[in-house]
Amino acid sequence: MSYFSSSIGRKQIVGICGLGLSLFVLTHMLGNLLVFLGPQAYNEYGHALTSNKLIYIAEAGLLAILIGHVIYTVLLTIRNKNARPKKYAVTPAGEKKTNFAAKTMIYQGVVILVFIIHHLLTFKFGEEYEVQYGEVIMRDLYRLMVEVFSQPIYVVWYVIAVIILWTHLGHGFSSSFKSLGFNHPKYVKKIDTAGCIYAAVVCLGFIAQPLYMFMNN
Amino acid sequence: MAGAGGKNLNLKLKVWKQKGPNDSGHFLNYDANGISTDMSFLEMLDVMNEDLISNGQEPIEFDHDCREGICGTCSLVINGEPHGPDKGTTTCQLHMRRFKDGDTIAIEPFRAKAFPVIRDLIVDRSAFDRIIEAGGYISTNTGNAVDANAMPIGKAEADEAFNSAACIGCGACVAACKNASASLFTSAKLSHLAAIPQGQAERISRANSMVAQMDSEAFGACTNTGACEAACPKEISIENIAVMNREFAISSLKSRK
Repeated sequence: MSYFSSSIGRKQIVGICGLGLSLFVLTHMLGNLLVFLGPQAYNEYGHALTSNKLIYIAEAGLLAILIGHVIYTVLLTIRNKNARPKKYAVTPAGEKKTNFAAKTMIYQGVVILVFIIHHLLTFKFGEEYEVQYGEVIMRDLYRLMVEVFSQPIYVVWYVIAVIILWTHLGHGFSSSFKSLGFNHPKYVKKIDTAGCIYAAVVCLGFIAQPLYMFMNN
Repeated sequence: MAGAGGKNLNLKLKVWKQKGPNDSGHFLNYDANGISTDMSFLEMLDVMNEDLISNGQEPIEFDHDCREGICGTCSLVINGEPHGPDKGTTTCQLHMRRFKDGDTIAIEPFRAKAFPVIRDLIVDRSAFDRIIEAGGYISTNTGNAVDANAMPIGKAEADEAFNSAACIGCGACVAACKNASASLFTSAKLSHLAAIPQGQAERISRANSMVAQMDSEAFGACTNTGACEAACPKEISIENIAVMNREFAISSLKSRK
């Protein structure tokens, strides 16, 4: 049997891609913390990233793991939905009930995907303002952020989407390790705790940014 | 019918009735009156069936055998929970004292495409047999019995193998999983045999063959929700699934098939 057509192989690919995306969201959040230092630091960071030719390789890699994560998840979800054509009439409520976040990963993923597309259209492919620092003319992304996050509706949507990302990472991080075979009484609790802390740090870092922009501008 | 210290319950049962695999099925309501709290859940169904048969009605069809929690034949999803509300308990070991007078109890079959309903609450779990046939065994030469101490196995390894071998193959893991995945069952057998020396010879091919068979039986994939572990009457750990994932990844790299 081919690894790529097996349920476990596909799950492991989803996990590996998911961990790659988790690493990306952490670096994205950390880099964007520069908004707290003001427009120049933030715009120069953005310029340094986009003017480096390696960005194309990084973006292609990121797109590839996002597509891998989505496609294999869709294939697994189709399989999973077909595995129980007739649903139960009663949902378990006692000790045998399951965690809500774990049960709704696919729906969280759909919201996050819509958010990513909207986020890219708003920022990466959004209005191109320019600013000059010394000799260098660069994109004024800070101005765009101020404009976007002055709209309460966008701030609310952003915060809701990041809270959903929080639940997605909270289960996804530790679940990826388990799919890859890392579940042992010696360290499984540490992985679960690391996943909770990771999700909280990434998402609180993201949420702080639009709230700061909204309150200060 | 109340035993010493027990009391009687009047219950409403909402039972799944289905004539066969191709029938769409429906719930039928029954009144179960005067049920002793000392009865087991299956005894309650026995009493119901006695009444139904004596009144010329169709009995409720359900699976059962040993009635001491070791054979894995009984099933039932009781109020949404495979084997009922108690953890680490099979339906046959569930007692009516767990319910309150006036309760409504919904009883459904284990629902999965790979477990077609034969009739009412009885499902065909032979997909599990086919997974075992695909590799859940060891091959050994016949002849005189091997000396008991010829193959030393550490206590920790023996315990680990035994914990996995405690699976009774009832299918509650499949019933509980939102994806109707058979991962806990398959992984328990794989982990059991991977932990002991007798299982080493076929270790590589076993993971590949058993997972291939599991996938071909229309079970879903594992999403690590932990529902299987919570529902398992033998409390088989979800850690076994990670062992299977490791075994399968290694098998995929090493296998020449």
